[in-house]
Amino acid sequence: MVARAQSSRLAGATSPRGLGRRLLHSSLAEALTFPHGVDRYVELVRPLLLKRDVRAEVTAVRHQTPKSVTLTLRPNENWRGLQAGQFVGVSVEIDGVRHTRPYSPAGSQHAAGGALELTVSTHPEGRVSRHLREHARAGLIVGLTQAQGDFVLADPRPDRVLLISGGSGITPVMAMLRTLCDEGFEGEIGFLNYARSRELALYGAELDRLTDRNERLSVARGFTRGRGAKLTGRFCREHLPAVISEHSGAATFVCGPPALIASVRAVWAKDGLAEPAVETFTPAALSFDTDGAEGIVSFAASGREAANSGLPLLEQAEDAGLAPDHGCRMGICNTCSCRKTTGTVRNLVTGQVSTAPDEQIRICVSVPLGDVALDL
Amino acid sequence: MPSTAPTLTPEQLEAFGQELDAIRARVVADLGQRDVDYINRLIRVQRGLEVAGRGLLFAGFLPPAWLGGTAALSLSKILDNMEIGHNIMHGQYDWTGDERLNGKAFEWDTACPAEQWRHSHNYMHHTHTNIVGKDRDIGYGILRMSEDEPWRPYYLGNPLYAALLASFFQYGVALHDLETERIATGELALAEKRGMLSDIWRKVKGQTLKDYVLFPILSGPSLPFVLAGNATANLTRNLWAFTIIFCGHFPDGTEQFTEEETESETRGEWYYRQLLGSANLTGGDLFHILAGNLSFQIEHHLFPDLPAHRYAEISLEVSEICERYAIPYNTGPLHSQFGSVVRKIFRLALPGGSGPTAVAREAASSPRAVVASANGRTSTAQGRAAALESGTGRAKSTKARPTATTTKGRPTKDRASSKPARAAAATGTRN
Repeated sequence: MVARAQSSRLAGATSPRGLGRRLLHSSLAEALTFPHGVDRYVELVRPLLLKRDVRAEVTAVRHQTPKSVTLTLRPNENWRGLQAGQFVGVSVEIDGVRHTRPYSPAGSQHAAGGALELTVSTHPEGRVSRHLREHARAGLIVGLTQAQGDFVLADPRPDRVLLISGGSGITPVMAMLRTLCDEGFEGEIGFLNYARSRELALYGAELDRLTDRNERLSVARGFTRGRGAKLTGRFCREHLPAVISEHSGAATFVCGPPALIASVRAVWAKDGLAEPAVETFTPAALSFDTDGAEGIVSFAASGREAANSGLPLLEQAEDAGLAPDHGCRMGICNTCSCRKTTGTVRNLVTGQVSTAPDEQIRICVSVPLGDVALDL
Repeated sequence: MPSTAPTLTPEQLEAFGQELDAIRARVVADLGQRDVDYINRLIRVQRGLEVAGRGLLFAGFLPPAWLGGTAALSLSKILDNMEIGHNIMHGQYDWTGDERLNGKAFEWDTACPAEQWRHSHNYMHHTHTNIVGKDRDIGYGILRMSEDEPWRPYYLGNPLYAALLASFFQYGVALHDLETERIATGELALAEKRGMLSDIWRKVKGQTLKDYVLFPILSGPSLPFVLAGNATANLTRNLWAFTIIFCGHFPDGTEQFTEEETESETRGEWYYRQLLGSANLTGGDLFHILAGNLSFQIEHHLFPDLPAHRYAEISLEVSEICERYAIPYNTGPLHSQFGSVVRKIFRLALPGGSGPTAVAREAASSPRAVVASANGRTSTAQGRAAALESGTGRAKSTKARPTATTTKGRPTKDRASSKPARAAAATGTRN
């Protein structure tokens, strides 16, 4: 696989298309398109042919369950690949506003052409997930970040692997399972897979197929709100023998809601085993009072932290000994605009409360409501 | 030139500010796909014009190709600088979360580094609009554009300097944040501005390389035509930008302010100053786009961070509000507004210089002139003393701008007593 990818890249360098790319990425092209840069022109004609930005085109859309959508993505040449289990930030534009959410691709890391498979489960409050379910079509261009996260299989691979997932948490462990199968992994693999009901269970048919083909793989499903599964109820120690001979010593990966992670951890702690690798994307519940003076303000770039004093973030940054760029201190000039990576803030001028991750805010008129992290 | 602006009570000012805040809140709540589609379409048109213009200039030895190419490139630079660059850099599209439309990341096709522009324009000019001594857009440090700026023989060249500034406007803007006049007087050391200078140099180098070296050389035999076309496009953009920008704050009827009278402004007072200091231009849709919607200078100064293509619809409400409060809403066609700016440039080349009312104005404003001449940044104590002593001299501005009264006693408990007093002052000095 790796060899094939390399040879196609070498061929690309001498083809007309490869020459075109090299020309577009030359310093001459950059000087001729100063100060905007060549990407800002090329993207208007070929939105994937960019020098820097990672983007992907949706090539297929299918619906496995009534509450999910599965997208196949073809990333552009700036994508550096991923290890099974990692996540990517996916950006889509909804009503003019760009939203980025982390998703763990579910496909094998060896998928042909670096294709990515995203299975997005919708939530009633999930703006991006509902948008993708309702509007994603082949041809849609989305923004991507490079792959991130250390929820990955060790290299060389462990002897025995235990995967445990709940609901939409199946995606990163599915990526691990498919990757191991592609690699012809010969060790034991156990997979405890929980879903609410058969109707909402993801990847059922494919798991059956993989089990038929690999006798060292055993999968057991549990439906927490339905019948017809091998396992009954939520995760407990008694479920483990259904898929693995001995759970101690197996490299264990858990992804799902916080309750599932907590109960797996409890069993592992009781048995005196090392912490399993875990991943969860369920956001912490929103909590703030009107005083807003709770939580921690962290300034990521300078590595400082301070208790939220309820003052505008610019003042809190200054109180913490930072000297951020600023001008009018009244929300007019935009000099203090800064990226908020996480957390909720209220804009003092508009009264608007915003929770979106990775958004530009004017810190002179923004007060934090609870924990906030700034790129300062 | 007596002010026609009414005196508003603190209560009126607050209500006035709230009405404007309400407009802002409503537009912000409505921002969405329409705005992003608009700016993206404009960017596509601009990039298309640029590519077409530069392409046509390669055949610049054919007169129609030269004319078409130069026109397309001129339009591209005008759109890039005004409706796209200026407005994006105000943060008008930051809410989209799109890095390409981000106010702090955007760079534009002109000599001025975006970073310095964001300081000199977004902060200095927009926060301190028309405050003599603080807003360096009043004359760019080289022209006399205010009666409050004391006359010197140097200003005899006012019209000449204006013509030069208009022709080389992109470099004037690039040097704007350097405060060269303060370096010339020795107030600032050149060394303090070294970092800024090297940023300007880097930007100017990139622009020059593209327009005057690479594209001409690449065109081979068309070299002189490409050179001439690019120079013409830059000149056209310079003259156009100068014209529109000077119509923003200098036509007849726009007011200027002193630091003292704008101290401790409330939000309502700040809005009021923006309104009195700005002037609009009338025209068709295409005119407004080419003007970067700075033809709605009033709305732009009230709401600098709302997408500029919204100003046209907002202006209907703003002018209606102004009518209710009897606040003058300064607007007119380009030829008359720019005509009055040109007259002002000539008038202020000479001492005094307020036309027919020059003498009255001179007498009335002399205490302010003293304050300003003390350096334009006089200590506030001195300024206040001068203001208090001046009596009638201050009355004009007291009546014209509620800000003046609030510098002495913030609009709190003495409202009832101060109101009739100010009304008397107003009737006494009007005309």
